[in-house]
Amino acid sequence: MKNIFAVAGVVIKELYRRKDFYVLFIITVLICLVMASVNIFNDPKIARYLKEICLLLVWISSLVIAITTTARQIPAERENRTLLPLLAKPLTRPQLIFGKFFGCWFACGLALLCFYIFFGALAAAREHQWPLLDYFQAAVMHWFMLGIVVAMTLLGSLVFAAPSSNSTICFVIIGGILFVGRHLDQVATSMHEPLRAIVNALYFTIPHLEFYDLRDLIIHNWPLIEWKYIVLALLYATAYIFAFLLGACLVFRRKPVN
Amino acid sequence: MTAILKTQKLRVEYRSREMRQGIKVALLGLDLEVRAGEVFGFLGPNGAGKTTTMNVLLGFVPPTSGAASLFGIDVRQPIARQRIGYLPELTYYYKFLTAEELLRFYAKIFGLARGETDKRIAELLKLVELEHAAKRPIKSYSKGMQQRVGLAQALINNPDLLILDEPTSGLDPLGRMKVREIIQRLKHDGKTVFFSSHELGEVETVCDRVAIIHQGELKAIGGVHEITGKHASLEKAFLEIIGFNSSTAP
Repeated sequence: MKNIFAVAGVVIKELYRRKDFYVLFIITVLICLVMASVNIFNDPKIARYLKEICLLLVWISSLVIAITTTARQIPAERENRTLLPLLAKPLTRPQLIFGKFFGCWFACGLALLCFYIFFGALAAAREHQWPLLDYFQAAVMHWFMLGIVVAMTLLGSLVFAAPSSNSTICFVIIGGILFVGRHLDQVATSMHEPLRAIVNALYFTIPHLEFYDLRDLIIHNWPLIEWKYIVLALLYATAYIFAFLLGACLVFRRKPVN
Repeated sequence: MTAILKTQKLRVEYRSREMRQGIKVALLGLDLEVRAGEVFGFLGPNGAGKTTTMNVLLGFVPPTSGAASLFGIDVRQPIARQRIGYLPELTYYYKFLTAEELLRFYAKIFGLARGETDKRIAELLKLVELEHAAKRPIKSYSKGMQQRVGLAQALINNPDLLILDEPTSGLDPLGRMKVREIIQRLKHDGKTVFFSSHELGEVETVCDRVAIIHQGELKAIGGVHEITGKHASLEKAFLEIIGFNSSTAP
């Protein structure tokens, strides 16, 4: 485990020494602060719209951070040849993959923490309440969703050589899952065989990232979700994370690194 | 003396795009033995198979057939790399880290204790004369400084075997002299050094034994004087062994 965490530590350092996170955070903060400073139509419910926009920006920013950071990990190591001295040490390839995964995932977690603290402060300034457990549930679910995204992107970075093509493909897949993934079973019912079977298989194969979207819970101040469902969703995410990481290990296992 | 680096009938083939997916043989049954405590020079023209041999020894490329071992352990086992240090030809390290952070990171991978790591880092930064730049990010280093960071990382675990791929490539004369001094100091400390180089004068100065490889085949192996033989220098012997005829050269 020490090797995995040593690699993860370097990934976290890299993210916080680059400008990506700070730029996204500052843009999100500025947009939200400008919106929060205007009292549109003197409507007291305007806070909900403000929360919705702020959370949407947090989601977009977190996905951008997760995908772009992860997509460049292995290709940058190959291109800069930092992979050679690294793998010349007693470090196995699966340890490198897991280290990269945990590094990106923890870095995303830290970024998410900053975003949610800012969001909480902004919402509290308007609504004068801190539903901490709601925020905790939403943030944990969001973080595990990012875990799936990071693992999927890591696998993609071993299949596609260029980080830009991998990032684009991951954005399209993740956007597709978030927007149409939940409707695939309904779409399948209107189709003929064998297309119906294929779409149905796709519905049951893809990771349903929409399960992890609890934005409505905090926008509308809905009651907490029962913890047993949260635990089940986290187990579901863990299964997908391991499946993608296993795939990445298998692809990387015999790949020449020179 | 025991052989700590050994290859037996090592063959590496890969698909070549230049040959329209034909097979290119990079190594053709290479038999090599490097004994404990010697400085071993691995020579050959560009494309001879030197870096491929090193890549196999480090587990970067799987051999098509044959075997390679370090300290008697198959090179495919990560534990075989516990007692080695490696300096690649082109050294690039995480530019956002400082030299000290980089060495600490590699020390963690070797499982060095914190106290031992601090001591070792201080020793190595002194050895490669980078104490003054230890807290600066690597991106601000000159090429020579980066090469010296590379040497320091290769020595972090106090290895018994050092594999150096053209360690003086691209360095100025002062940088080359410093690297040569370090290799000689390591030899004095009883370490084994296996390195490839195009600088034949340098090889002549520091090596106990050399091997010459050409088109994936081992052409000669032996002591420097043995290989030089009747020729005036190692360079002349090298050119003859690889079949270079100076009278036909442009």
